[in-house]
Amino acid sequence: MATVMPKKKRSLLQGNEAIALGALAAGCRFFAGYPITPASEISEVLSARMPRVGGTFIQMEDEIASMGAIIGASIAGIKSMTATSGPGFSLMQENIGYACITETPCVVVNVMRGGGSTGLPTCPGQGDVMQARWGTHGDNPIIVLAVSTVTDCFDITVRAFNLSEKYRIPVVLLSDEVVSHTRETVIFPSPQDIEIVDRVTPSVPPEWYVPYENNSTGIPDMAAFGEGYRYHVTGLVHDERGFPTQHPEEVKTFTNRLFRKLTQGLHEIQIIKTFMMNDADVAVIAYGSVARSAQRAVVDARSKGTKAGLLQLITLFPFPERLVDKVLKQCIRVLVPEMNMGQIYREVQRVNQGKTDVKKYNRIDGQFITPDEILGELLLEE
Amino acid sequence: MPKEITKLIHKYLRHDKKFPHVWCPGCGNGVILGSLIRAIDRLGLTKDEIVLASGIGCSGRMPVYVDFNTLHTTHGRALTFATGIKLAKPSLTVITVMGDGDATAIGGNHFIHAARRNVNLTAIIINNQIYGMTGGQFSPTTPYGSHAATAPYGHIEHAFSIAELAVTAGAAFVGRGTVYHVQTLDKLIKAAVLKRGFSVVEIISNCHIQFGRRNEMGNPVTMMEWMRDHAVTVEKAEKMTSEDLEDKFTIGILADEEKPIYTEEYDKIRERAGD
Repeated sequence: MATVMPKKKRSLLQGNEAIALGALAAGCRFFAGYPITPASEISEVLSARMPRVGGTFIQMEDEIASMGAIIGASIAGIKSMTATSGPGFSLMQENIGYACITETPCVVVNVMRGGGSTGLPTCPGQGDVMQARWGTHGDNPIIVLAVSTVTDCFDITVRAFNLSEKYRIPVVLLSDEVVSHTRETVIFPSPQDIEIVDRVTPSVPPEWYVPYENNSTGIPDMAAFGEGYRYHVTGLVHDERGFPTQHPEEVKTFTNRLFRKLTQGLHEIQIIKTFMMNDADVAVIAYGSVARSAQRAVVDARSKGTKAGLLQLITLFPFPERLVDKVLKQCIRVLVPEMNMGQIYREVQRVNQGKTDVKKYNRIDGQFITPDEILGELLLEE
Repeated sequence: MPKEITKLIHKYLRHDKKFPHVWCPGCGNGVILGSLIRAIDRLGLTKDEIVLASGIGCSGRMPVYVDFNTLHTTHGRALTFATGIKLAKPSLTVITVMGDGDATAIGGNHFIHAARRNVNLTAIIINNQIYGMTGGQFSPTTPYGSHAATAPYGHIEHAFSIAELAVTAGAAFVGRGTVYHVQTLDKLIKAAVLKRGFSVVEIISNCHIQFGRRNEMGNPVTMMEWMRDHAVTVEKAEKMTSEDLEDKFTIGILADEEKPIYTEEYDKIRERAGD
């Protein structure tokens, strides 16, 4: 059986290739997908590599089926992933909700492209941020991460699996056309330096197993189908045994637990990176490919005498309120550049509550936001 | 004999589940569940190696009552989840149970592709010709001219023949039975589960509440009599003229072919991909 990691320690890779390799390094052994630009390379790479590591790749009839298949594989005990772009992501929402309610670990990659509907194939965009959080019906928590470099594509994909396994929740990994199609050198960590988290499986005998137990962590142990722990999995709201319930107390306990398990883990779920923030009095808050332009703009602003810094959000949801709040309290001005009409800007303003001056900068014309544009906005009021 | 059957069912029911079940008195779903349990018991399969997955509708509630690895999925999607489970753990025997609307309207695309792909799964499709749980709206198998909650002036669309659809889509095994012809049904389900490849059993069932009442068959007995009078075995149908067969449907085995199974083909892919 082939080794999971590439033989070379460094490699020139496209973002999508790095996502595929990150998934394999994390232990993903099942991938189901449907062709769509700009995400197809993830399928292509995994169609070649999955069988070499004893895993399974399948191309399904649509994105609804892809999402169903990865949930099924995960329930059978295998780490699983799918990848798509906007139109496919819309189709996946139904079964993403099923994964939320059944607490089935899985990773859903959405390589964002511009525009609504079939939109701008395939210019970059960041229009699916709120859909990633709220796209499925009902009121379920979910984890959303965003990548900005090819190295991120590898590292954060591993983190996405780890969080998904630990918290038994689907994790949406947002990339965009720029990140996914950029080629740059990735230096792979040694396999022993990659932290891998697996779901906790029950250690009690089957007759003691409570599949949706309301325990102290809020995360029940997960038995794989076929291991002797025969239990029921349903998208209906269920009691601790997994059986459907409409009893108000049981419904309340269940829903509260879904939120509680994340709240208790915010310290490790909310991932950010800061750049030159120590003495900054002007900050950019950015994510995805825009964070790269922002980083360059911060350096350029510093050379012109403006003490600028960058807060890069890797975790978009649960929104890292406290970490953002710290920056809002520190800075006299904050800029939120995005390739949408201001989806994270509104989250920042929700936290801000008038504390400081928050401006947005938006492009929705399918074009990338350049460092010069961000610099221009940063220096505007000097 | 009846006592023995009851005993057998109790061996497989989840007694810690809150009974009674959701099905109406006289519903064909109970007959089908009994038949499925007998088939599994006769095959000597253990509870641990069975996965029973369903979609949404009255049929969707079946898995919760039985002591297997059970999965109640989203509407029309049971086969997609089942595909993931089977590929992840080929040693499991994966059976899906769906309704006519579930499998051939909202899940129609998954159904034909599962038949084409030939993953080793069994699809049991309960065809009661109506959306029962939602209140009697017409489904893809509601006959032309009949009445439904959303066809108050008579239905103007034409019905799918599910078993024939499965044959055309390439299913390795296709059978059709009814809840009246129970012994045939037991044999069909057993053969389907045993079949290596994608197998389909369409079961004509009665929804006397939502379909029957609107179509002059308002009780289970009338509907079963209709099944008795309109079902013709495949063997008998071969000797009948198309005129004689006009208002009839065939029961028995409609297709049984040997085809390469997906999981075995994928094993070859793993070898080909090599190191």
